[in-house]
Amino acid sequence: MAFNMRPDKNPMPCQAPDVRSRNFEEVALGYTAEMAIDEAKRCIHCKNKPCVAGCPVNVHIPEFIAEVANGDFEAAYRVIAQSSSLPAVCGRVCPQETQCEGKCTRGIKNEPVGIGRLERFVADYHNEHCKEAPAAVPSNGHKVAVVGSGPAGLTCAGDLAKLGYDVTVYEALHVAGGVLVYGIPEFRLPKAIVQKEVDGLKALGVKIETNMVIGRVLSIRELKEEYGYEAVFLGSGAGLPRFMNIPGENLKGVFSANEFLTRSNLMKAYLPDSETPIQRSKVVAVVGGGNVAMDAARTARRLGAEVHIIYRRSEAELPARAEEVEHAKEEGIVFNMLTNPVEILPTAVEDVRDERYGWAAGIRCIRMELGEPDASGRRKPVPVAGSEFDIPLDCVIMAMGTSPNPLLKHTTEGLETDKHGCIVADERGATSVDGVFAGGDAVTGAATVIKAMGAGKVAAAAIDEYIKNKAKA
Amino acid sequence: MYEILKKQALNPTVTLMDIYAPYVAKKAQAGQFVILRVDEAGERIPLTVAGYDREKGSVTIIFQVVGGTTELLNHKEVGDRLQDFVGPLGKPTETEGLKKVCVVGGGVGCAIALPVARKLKEQGCNVTSIIGFRSKDLVILEEEFKAVSDTFYMMTDDGSYGQKGNVCVPLNEMYARGEDFDEVIAIGPLVMMKFVCLATKPHGTKTVVSMNPIMIDGTGMCGCCRLSVDGKMMFACVDGPDFDGQKVDFDEAMSRARSYTEFEARAREKACNLFKKEVQ
Repeated sequence: MAFNMRPDKNPMPCQAPDVRSRNFEEVALGYTAEMAIDEAKRCIHCKNKPCVAGCPVNVHIPEFIAEVANGDFEAAYRVIAQSSSLPAVCGRVCPQETQCEGKCTRGIKNEPVGIGRLERFVADYHNEHCKEAPAAVPSNGHKVAVVGSGPAGLTCAGDLAKLGYDVTVYEALHVAGGVLVYGIPEFRLPKAIVQKEVDGLKALGVKIETNMVIGRVLSIRELKEEYGYEAVFLGSGAGLPRFMNIPGENLKGVFSANEFLTRSNLMKAYLPDSETPIQRSKVVAVVGGGNVAMDAARTARRLGAEVHIIYRRSEAELPARAEEVEHAKEEGIVFNMLTNPVEILPTAVEDVRDERYGWAAGIRCIRMELGEPDASGRRKPVPVAGSEFDIPLDCVIMAMGTSPNPLLKHTTEGLETDKHGCIVADERGATSVDGVFAGGDAVTGAATVIKAMGAGKVAAAAIDEYIKNKAKA
Repeated sequence: MYEILKKQALNPTVTLMDIYAPYVAKKAQAGQFVILRVDEAGERIPLTVAGYDREKGSVTIIFQVVGGTTELLNHKEVGDRLQDFVGPLGKPTETEGLKKVCVVGGGVGCAIALPVARKLKEQGCNVTSIIGFRSKDLVILEEEFKAVSDTFYMMTDDGSYGQKGNVCVPLNEMYARGEDFDEVIAIGPLVMMKFVCLATKPHGTKTVVSMNPIMIDGTGMCGCCRLSVDGKMMFACVDGPDFDGQKVDFDEAMSRARSYTEFEARAREKACNLFKKEVQ
């Protein structure tokens, strides 16, 4: 087969920036079959397959790409499905540039193969054309509980169900999906795709119980002793928002990114008929440089605001996916790099009964410069003395990351956590409590969808082994 | 699930409902709260648990119609089902070891104060209850409070029932007579809790307040319910809802509580209009 030696990737068709910055529909429209085949031919099937090593779940990337190049998209899907349970999600939200594509041999001299775009194409093709629901596997009679229905929990549940386990997923919110539903906006990950994945699990026989806050309504001990679950997987994520501890953070008009995004995504506040309010602001500052910051900024933009990203390091250190940064810039979001907030300023109204009292009216920032490398290996930002300046605004969104929720730690006897509140688990997900496994952000702190999925997969295998060994004993 | 088993108007704007929610009923304790959604497009609203029946599997909620969602909820009838009902959330009220307590309830907050007073009474504590309302037509739960109180005060702002004045009046009188309490538990409007804390401060009585800020998820995720306690940021949903009232920044809490006043008024008007159309 002749390789396509074109140096750059087939560009992703997208909604025009001035159109999409006023709607919540998906930004990237996906490859056509022709584009996908053309892009797939850019893979030179190098011997070492560095892309596979770069993938946290080791998808057989060259093999699926070969099927795409042959035009057999269902065969390509079957290859991906061997390793990944949520390809339509990962194709959209994985940071490919630091994973598979970052390792691609083609990427040494030119642009890497568009692996993420191809994965998305294959998953979407399958979802559109394959009408057969996955068949439930005969039960093996063993019960497993999964706490949390985000990427880790859904993956773990799916893998166990395929092995014949009777799996129940407990979700605290009123819909399943975790961060895929409350965190990532519709314009980046349409909720219909998440719903499709959840429906697929249900077809496999997985039961999903929403409105169940494990740790309050049922304890882990009760799940094991009274409800007969032989193993429990904790995939409760890292949901607690962090703030900066600067003056003015409790003013009205200051939100955690979690709150802002939950209002918009989970509670659909972006739709005109939603009963959940969301602030429609004129000028918004989003503090942080990760994917969550980009999501919040682009949501605020779509709700009609002028939006500023405030990030203390330089653009090279932005932790967000390259594509999100690029899209945000195209949509007119202003990037204030090497800038750090020191205070959120209130309205100049002193009468507490006045409706304008107690709202954010500005943010005072200080310029930063990069100093010596810090523990993360990145150059540490240090303040430039006397460089303070104010940005007038009416809304501030704090997107500085999240920590694990302490509820399970507080209510589960013997569950070991580290100093950050993360559950301590070994490389196979086993925790300090017998029969209790954990994975995803609850263990690592805020990370990525694909890493959580990988942890859910590993834990599912470990749980299978644990239950089989116990049955033998 | 979540069927309405009982509905009772306690006064023109306050309604009691028993909701079938066996998991919640099994674990609920005084001081904890639930979050509910009335329908598929509905917002999530927190309501404190006003009672529970572990055998029947029901949880009692008492709510005042203030916005669109409570208006919608108030139009649901026995046999209807709520979309979602999650709980119990938050930490239960700590009552262990208390021997003499003054429970202060204001307005619809009395619905939350009652299970606390009842729990105290059941553990053999001497309970003084002070409940206050704007006027006679808004009085709720009088008999229920009397049944669990050793000493009982009824107050109305306009004097149309009980004694005239706010809840601090009898509290100050008791202090003046030399009475003291292990603890004062105040549950009601923010301004009432603030003034109860000011009244107890000179006497050094530990004063616990139940905070009911705006929330979305109720599990620690959104941070919307944050408040300053002793200068530190706390989340009412996971660190509370009970806090040491002497350390709470009430002025900030009152300001934050008004974040959506305008939206709420509009939402309620919309809901009212909707129902007017339906009954015509």
